Amino acid sequence: MNNKEKNKKSIQDKLSNLKYNANSEAHLKVDIKKCLKCTSKPCTFICPAGVYEYRDDINEILVQYENCLECGACKVVCPYNSIDWQYPKSGCGIILKNS
Amino acid sequence: MDINYNADVIVVGAGPSGIAAAISVAKGAKKVVLIERSQYPGSKNMYGGAVYTSALRELLGQDIEKIKFERKITSHTYAFLNETGSFELTYQNNESNSAYTIKRFNLESQLIEIAKSYGVYYIPNTLVKSLVVENDRVIGIETELEKYYAPVTILADGVNSLLSQNLKLKQDYKPKDIILSAKETLKLDKQTIEKRFNLKDDLTQGVAKQYFGSDFKELKGYKNLFMMTFLYTFKDTIMLGVGANLDDLSKNKLNINEILDIIKTHPSIAPLIEGGERIEYSAHMIPEGGYKKMPKLYSNGVMVVGDAAGFINSVHFEGTNFALISGKIAGQCALEALANNNFSSNFLSLYRKKLEKSFILKDLYSYRNIIERLYSRSNSLNIYYPNKIKELFEIITGANCVSKSKQFREFFFKLFKDRNPIELFKDAIAFLRCALDVFFGK
Ligand SMILES: Cc1cc2nc3c(=O)[nH]c(=O)nc-3n(C[C@H](O)[C@H](O)[C@H](O)COP(=O)(O)OP(=O)(O)OC[C@H]3O[C@@H](n4cnc5c(N)ncnc54)[C@H](O)[C@@H]3O)c2cc1C
Ligand code: SF4
Ligand code: SF4
Repeated sequence: MNNKEKNKKSIQDKLSNLKYNANSEAHLKVDIKKCLKCTSKPCTFICPAGVYEYRDDINEILVQYENCLECGACKVVCPYNSIDWQYPKSGCGIILKNS
Repeated sequence: MDINYNADVIVVGAGPSGIAAAISVAKGAKKVVLIERSQYPGSKNMYGGAVYTSALRELLGQDIEKIKFERKITSHTYAFLNETGSFELTYQNNESNSAYTIKRFNLESQLIEIAKSYGVYYIPNTLVKSLVVENDRVIGIETELEKYYAPVTILADGVNSLLSQNLKLKQDYKPKDIILSAKETLKLDKQTIEKRFNLKDDLTQGVAKQYFGSDFKELKGYKNLFMMTFLYTFKDTIMLGVGANLDDLSKNKLNINEILDIIKTHPSIAPLIEGGERIEYSAHMIPEGGYKKMPKLYSNGVMVVGDAAGFINSVHFEGTNFALISGKIAGQCALEALANNNFSSNFLSLYRKKLEKSFILKDLYSYRNIIERLYSRSNSLNIYYPNKIKELFEIITGANCVSKSKQFREFFFKLFKDRNPIELFKDAIAFLRCALDVFFGK
């Protein structure tokens, strides 16, 4: 396993016992037209929850918004302002009780 | 314009700054509504781990006694990590009463109960979607369901503050203005923590550790990585986290969790967390543009407090104290605005004036260049000096049958040989300037 694969697995592990109040609607959306211009795709390696994944077979960014930790880093790091970054709906999203 | 106000003041966000603002308004016998998007208090929030009693006491007076903390912090360590170990400076004061560890869920839960006892009207589970603006003046807020009106709105919505951005008080952050941090909460039993950190068993002792240094083999090859690791002892958990500049992470294509996993295996840290079971993982940003990136702090009918205003000292991991006191001051300004029936930007400039007289803008000003200076020397701080300290201590502690004075001489000459004297000079100037900034600050 290379470092990136190891990290992906590590994040999955860490997310596995987190509590969320599921949000039925995506609170993060990307503008695929902008993403196609983006060569470095920093969202895919910066997110501490591994929410963004680039699928080269379909040329799209998959957004697993359900895993979001609501930190905001993807929005700051996106060079094309492509992410429509909102909070999950009232009461939805991550629930931290030990942090 | 005739508006039917629902309250005198609306506060958005129930972190320390919002709760403090609400309490300070309620103490003036005005009607204040505190709105929070999360279902449970503090359940969107994370931090390193300690709150400072002086700020809490200034806000709550005797009521501070009602708060149940986890452990008193009696030992502060600053450490430099190198490849195989660390150089640590510890200040221990068992009489100290200045900081306590407490989880955010517990901190916010208790503060909100106290706020309610002062008459604050708390509305959880409610996301504020936007501000209601009329004639260039904020007159209320809009949730998913309805609008609430008040002559004063206080934005305490944290580092991401979408609301102050929408109002154009604040610009988007750039990656270099942000530290991204990830943390694990590790469960151990109470006795193990006490034995490991040499603490009494009555929760009157605890440790806070802050580590610099990134020269580990797993991180070699990454450039100019400025990172800080922190560790706090709680009652039966340890918080271990790391923060790094978002621009450095991005340029190095590095994920903060990768660094966290590497830190966990460092020979000076692994034994401290051994056996800890991870019960939570969290991530949060720290705004560190500081004084230079401060948003406009007020406008007609509105003020910005806490992290939303970038009030934080990331060198010392202080934030809740800035949040609490800026909230308190904004609350007082709201009371004065109500008394004068004047909610104009002009009148609310009082808020900035009061902040300037407090430690908040004084500290922010004194530290305005420090982060930049430390960054500009990040290789020295994170790699060169930790290694030199290691070499020096190998001489002092290693009885290796070579004359000490010969070793010291060699060490001294190597200091100048291993590093371009110009770089050494730049280091010296940068560190001296940091010291002068603080010494001659406001
Ligand atoms: C890794 C890390 C370590 C730290 N360590 C320490 C430490 O040890 N000691 C210390 O004193 N400080 C520390 N800090 C800083 C400290 O946590 C912050 O400065 C402090 O929490 C800021 O308080 P706040 O009330 O301004 O914002 P927050 O605590 O962020 O509160 C904002 C609140 O607003 C709510 N909200 C946001 N938008 C909306 C909306 N639209 N509608 C309704 N609600 C909304 C959020 O859910 C949240 O509850 C640390 C920070 C980090 C990231
Ligand atoms: S960083 Fe922004 S533009 Fe680039 S792929 Fe990600 S979302 Fe799209
Ligand atoms: S907010 Fe943070 S956790 Fe959520 S998608 Fe963006 S980077 Fe990932």
